Amino acid sequence: MKHSGGYSADTRIRWTEWLPWAIALAGFFLLPEYLSLGARILIYILYALSLDLILGYAGIITLGHSAFFGLGAYVAGILAARIGITDPMLQLVAAAAAGALLGIFTGAIILRTRGLTLLMLTLAITSVLLEIANKATALTGGADGLSGVVITPILGYFKFDLYGKTAFLWCLLVLFAVWWLVRRLIYSPFGASLTGVRENIVRMHAIGAPVYLRMVLVYTFSGTIAGIAGALNTQTNQFVGLNVLGFESAGELLVMLILGGVGRIYGAFAGPLVYLIAQDWLAKQFPEYWYLGIGAILVIVVMFARGGILGIADRLARLIGKSA
Amino acid sequence: MIAALETRGLCKSFGALTVAADINFRLDTGARHALIGPNGAGKTTFVNMLTGRLASSSGRILLGGEDVTALAQSARVKRGLGRTFQINTLFRELSVLDNIALGVAERRGDAGRVWRPASAYAETRDESMALLATLGLADDATQRVRDLPYGKQRLVEIAIALGLRPKVLLLDEPAAGVPSLESERILEALDQLPPEIAILIIEHDMDLVFRFARRITVLVQGEVLVEGAPEEIAADRRVHQVYLGEGGHG
Amino acid sequence: MDTSLLAPLVSVVFHGSAFGMILYVISVGLSVTMGLMGFTNLAHGVFAMAGGYVLTTAISRFGVPFPVALALAFIAVAAASVVLERLLYSRLYTAGELEQVLFTIGLIFMAVAVARMIYGTLQQPVLLPQYLKGQFPLLGRDFPTYRVFLIGFSTLMIIALWFGVERTRWGAMVRAAVDNRAMAQSVGINTRRLFTLTFALGSGLAGLGGALGAEIIAIQPTYPFENLVYFLVVVAVGGLGSLRGPFVAALLIGIADTGCKYWLPQYGAFPIYVATIVILLWRPAGLFGRRA
Repeated sequence: MKHSGGYSADTRIRWTEWLPWAIALAGFFLLPEYLSLGARILIYILYALSLDLILGYAGIITLGHSAFFGLGAYVAGILAARIGITDPMLQLVAAAAAGALLGIFTGAIILRTRGLTLLMLTLAITSVLLEIANKATALTGGADGLSGVVITPILGYFKFDLYGKTAFLWCLLVLFAVWWLVRRLIYSPFGASLTGVRENIVRMHAIGAPVYLRMVLVYTFSGTIAGIAGALNTQTNQFVGLNVLGFESAGELLVMLILGGVGRIYGAFAGPLVYLIAQDWLAKQFPEYWYLGIGAILVIVVMFARGGILGIADRLARLIGKSA
Repeated sequence: MIAALETRGLCKSFGALTVAADINFRLDTGARHALIGPNGAGKTTFVNMLTGRLASSSGRILLGGEDVTALAQSARVKRGLGRTFQINTLFRELSVLDNIALGVAERRGDAGRVWRPASAYAETRDESMALLATLGLADDATQRVRDLPYGKQRLVEIAIALGLRPKVLLLDEPAAGVPSLESERILEALDQLPPEIAILIIEHDMDLVFRFARRITVLVQGEVLVEGAPEEIAADRRVHQVYLGEGGHG
Repeated sequence: MDTSLLAPLVSVVFHGSAFGMILYVISVGLSVTMGLMGFTNLAHGVFAMAGGYVLTTAISRFGVPFPVALALAFIAVAAASVVLERLLYSRLYTAGELEQVLFTIGLIFMAVAVARMIYGTLQQPVLLPQYLKGQFPLLGRDFPTYRVFLIGFSTLMIIALWFGVERTRWGAMVRAAVDNRAMAQSVGINTRRLFTLTFALGSGLAGLGGALGAEIIAIQPTYPFENLVYFLVVVAVGGLGSLRGPFVAALLIGIADTGCKYWLPQYGAFPIYVATIVILLWRPAGLFGRRA
């Protein structure tokens, strides 16, 4: 599997790395009717990035990542609808802080375990949050969800309009900032050591690396990003419901990430893009076949195409390179 | 003189099964010491206790005079204890350079940095390259470890340990599984190891042991049978019995 | 203890035990295969769901008598699992945990979709035979007959299973392989056939448990997602590869869950999850697991 980073990596931004942003801006100007789908894609790219950090880079296998997304979503929603803090930047900061706190608190506790125990603990933590969201109806709206989410214009000027223009650009901006930070992290020595943890954890212990500490740190960072993604979700939909914490959407996120390719930043870009566009197009017509197809693709990717879309693109590129 | 590495009364039992019984062992600075014994004698268990991978049942381990019995693996590594594994434990998908650099960066304290890219840490990279050069691996620096022949992978295993600048180095069967064509490389590498490092080597290959070691400890069923200079061990009848008697080992 | 507390307590213990037994019958297969093959099979709930669908379809569509339908649930699911194991699962035994998790999630998606396509989204109605309906007097109280049957039948199955693992050659091989797979192979145990057989048995039991417990755990397409947490908790808290551990865990969970839903309904399943977290942090390998 190709991986970025390491001590001999070239860290300049390649021209291909500007493509996603070019595509996003093109979409903004050329496809104004699809901006809400566009914002959704951007949010899921952010969400997938956060999962890739721990899954693809540190090798922490979790089914409970929706805990962070959901927490961020509800924090933003509760601040807006119940407490009256409607400034979107404040909401983002609060959601990020909540994600960070949950990350460091749960990470410090559960990252001493591995395998099924770790998996189970991540599931249990998400279930706890889900139950709280379900029962604390005064705060969260329970099964009906939380509507009446009010958002005041960004910096007092950019209003969230009905066409979703502001929302799209807002998400794009946040994604860009986070992408830049994540990219720095991946190429740093810390990022290299994460890859080491994923590749051979025994060896990392044997070279004196503080493995546990590094895993807690990256888990916290990942939780922060996922919390931000959740808040963006609430802000763009002006609603938050129980599904942000559900297992089906956590499963879908995994599919998106695997589809794109785990362990490389742009897998988190490619996967949600392809998945959500295909879903928007196909799922409405044939909802059951869509679900069946997704399951089949997951099984096929695991069996035959472990690198996902980017892995296939790599192989194609190598083939073309050989014949050229 | 303080020993580089010492154990006092080191014991380990799994329930009724005793795998290490009252081992008193001493490794001086600059030592070239071999640990031999029939299969199942407890040699790798002993090494795992020394590094902290396995907790002992009783007894003490001293590294440079300091009691490290309760310390975790990474703490012992920081105090100068390095090891290689019997089965290659490498980052197979990463380049040879990265394999070494990860360890060098840990030692230098740069490994946790998040802002500058790793490739900007020239000293780490240069030091890693220099180390690779001393082992004849400089040309392979950008190769993926898993694309290397097994003998070279074994050398990478040694290189990683050296990158930590250990004061004590535990080599667990460094020549194991290496085809004889490539094993000369390994032997040369062992000969060229810095003289101030105290080295304990576990081996079954007697040629290597007698070529390399200045002292030999024989471990049988978790106990030290005898310890001494190579000529003494070669002449010791008990050692002969252990290897050629009921065990039937050559 | 005053009588106004006794009655609900007995009721909670009774219904909780019924629930716990069903959880155990379904999850024991998961515990053994995870301990035996080291394979994280999150799709285990699919087999339980399939058993439930086989039972309800056999009874309502084909008028098959209840006992026959139960047997059919076991056999059909076990047979299907053999096909799945040979074709798909066995290719991933050496793959990493992530691949196994992803693969089994993919299976869940497919199974859920197929179930929805064939049966729609509503719960399957459970048509019990006449002799299992109504109330059954036991120790001076009336209990639902079906639940009494459930507890009794499950107990028999569990005793048969434990006997089988303790006394038969198959059981000895399973225990040896769970303990040390490499050693078992070098002793000549054909691990491939052992895996397939054990997987079939575990999946068949899951199907049987799903069918038996259709009244307690509703048969609907989202079954494998909704109940995944419960099955995993039983195995994780009980201890991978263990037989007794998940039994204790399942009973505890069944009774605790029923009790919480009765006395603390405003908290839902919250206490169960918190308890799971606490137990797993205290004993990461489960209450009866190895390598604690």
